[in-house]
Amino acid sequence: MAANNPLVRAQRLPFINARSIEVVTKSWSYLFLLGLVVYFSLVGTGFFSVRNFSSILTTSTLIMLMSIGQTYVIITAGIDLSVGWTVGLASVTTARVMRDLAAGGNDIAFAMLMGTMAGLLVALIPGLVNGVLVARIRVPPFIATLGMFGIVRGAAFLLTDGQQVVRGLSAELREALRMIGNGSLLYYIPEDGFHWFALPPDLPPQQLRLVSQLLPYPVIITALVAVVFAFILARTKFGRHTYVIGGSEEAARRSGINVDRHLIIIYIICGFTAGIAGVLHLFRFTAGAPQAGEAALLSSVAAVVIGGTNLFGGEGDIMGAVVGSLIIAVLQTGLVILNIDSIWQFIVVGVVIIIAVLVNQLQAALERLQTNV
Amino acid sequence: MLTARGVSKHFGGLTAVDEVDFDVYPGEVVALLGDNGAGKSTLIKCISGVYRPEQGQVFFNGVDITHQPPADVRNRGIETIYQDLALAENLDVGANVFLGKEKTRRLMGVIPVTDDNYMRQEASGALDELDIHIPSLRQKLVNLSGGQRQAVAIARAMYWNAQLVIMDEPTAALGVPEQRKVLALIRSLREQDIPVILISHTMHDVMAVADRMVVMRRGRVVANIQRAEATEELIVRHIVGSVENGENAVMI
Repeated sequence: MAANNPLVRAQRLPFINARSIEVVTKSWSYLFLLGLVVYFSLVGTGFFSVRNFSSILTTSTLIMLMSIGQTYVIITAGIDLSVGWTVGLASVTTARVMRDLAAGGNDIAFAMLMGTMAGLLVALIPGLVNGVLVARIRVPPFIATLGMFGIVRGAAFLLTDGQQVVRGLSAELREALRMIGNGSLLYYIPEDGFHWFALPPDLPPQQLRLVSQLLPYPVIITALVAVVFAFILARTKFGRHTYVIGGSEEAARRSGINVDRHLIIIYIICGFTAGIAGVLHLFRFTAGAPQAGEAALLSSVAAVVIGGTNLFGGEGDIMGAVVGSLIIAVLQTGLVILNIDSIWQFIVVGVVIIIAVLVNQLQAALERLQTNV
Repeated sequence: MLTARGVSKHFGGLTAVDEVDFDVYPGEVVALLGDNGAGKSTLIKCISGVYRPEQGQVFFNGVDITHQPPADVRNRGIETIYQDLALAENLDVGANVFLGKEKTRRLMGVIPVTDDNYMRQEASGALDELDIHIPSLRQKLVNLSGGQRQAVAIARAMYWNAQLVIMDEPTAALGVPEQRKVLALIRSLREQDIPVILISHTMHDVMAVADRMVVMRRGRVVANIQRAEATEELIVRHIVGSVENGENAVMI
């Protein structure tokens, strides 16, 4: 029966089957990343080094964290334009709470913990508002989050009293922040060996310059966040429902999925990962800055798209966003090492985004072609 | 099995469904016919719970389901398959059969994860029962043909123990071989004693599978014709209203 069914035959006929198309179009970004690394390693002096790779990973964390939440939103055929400022809001809030608690004579560790909590919590608010606007009031995501873009931006600057950074962080607090933000779980010193948690005290400066951070804390934290959210998206019911909503919101509703609640949670997740990015930014740069994530917003959306997530919803994964973020970070660093004006990175990233979308469309076209044989 | 009595639904000043009586008996395919705006879809929605009729009652297996919400009506076994099928085309067959009711298993005994293999196998079994073969169960639905997608929607209804299936224009937008396949599906539902209400404009489909034709016009049921007595011409005349007084029709 199966062999004589014309429908079944049509499915078997094409020399390219849907699965191989999927594999190629999905993996191009991995190959592209690999190609970039090989190219820069061959032509750029100093690119191929543990030290540089570790620095690329650390650089990528900001965009990567933002792109993790953004992936969820984009899979539901939405977009969150406000996260750039959510990063800043979290950074500023964390800085203020830490500063004030430390100034009030509290233990530094306590101040840092409470500040971190405050930063993460405050980042949920724009997410919640975005979610309610999109899910319940049916404001198009682009418009709702564009509105939040302005509101959160204003709020972040209000919290710094109009300054570029939150003033008045004590030296002691900054030092403590730096230990985590610029620290590493494992260090390697050539001709000396590995060191866990901290470098040996009074290391001579010439040796200090050779130190490689093998597991910088921001990278570890980001990797954990990526693993957790990748797991939720790929393996749980929540993740499955995210794809269902992206595929057909109507189908999701009729099958009994609480679409409104689901969308609200997804926008909150997007705010949350941006919040982590903001807190981490403070730890790394020891300055609560409202514009911490401003430039990273479009890069994070770009990372998601480069990673193969479909802007029309229904398709994509966290690994794609991770690879996309790494591509952008490698480009940034690679161009600097090649001594090319860093302005060029915008152009290159722009071209890569367009390639990504073209590959996506090619995939869709091939699949259609295959179905219609 | 399904009994609707005196069902009326108004939209503002318009009477979309006017005191309609409608019955479905076990194991029959009932075609619901009528011109656009005759009230077919409104009647169906009054049955499936999407609309609340102002008058009349709907009973299913003796239970009054008149004002129950759609989810409850579905749980009682009335499954409506709309034209758009309500499938997530970006996912595979297993995910679609279990849409919104995903089977989970515990990873390492704690973390609930979706059990995709189980869902694929169950979906495969449901499709086998309908004698439908899909080359790869891992295919996304977007790569399947229209008829295969229709089959997935029906398989889903069957899997969740549908006792009555309502199909809205199932063959619209399908090629001829695909249409045949869908008609075969409808027959196989009947063989399994599951009645089908078929809304269709395609006279050929109706003549091919229906056991009984109910024609609506301006919100009323104007004819109820057994297959043996039906001709295309007679039905069309009822649909357009040239036998308004029913002298040619067999009114039951």
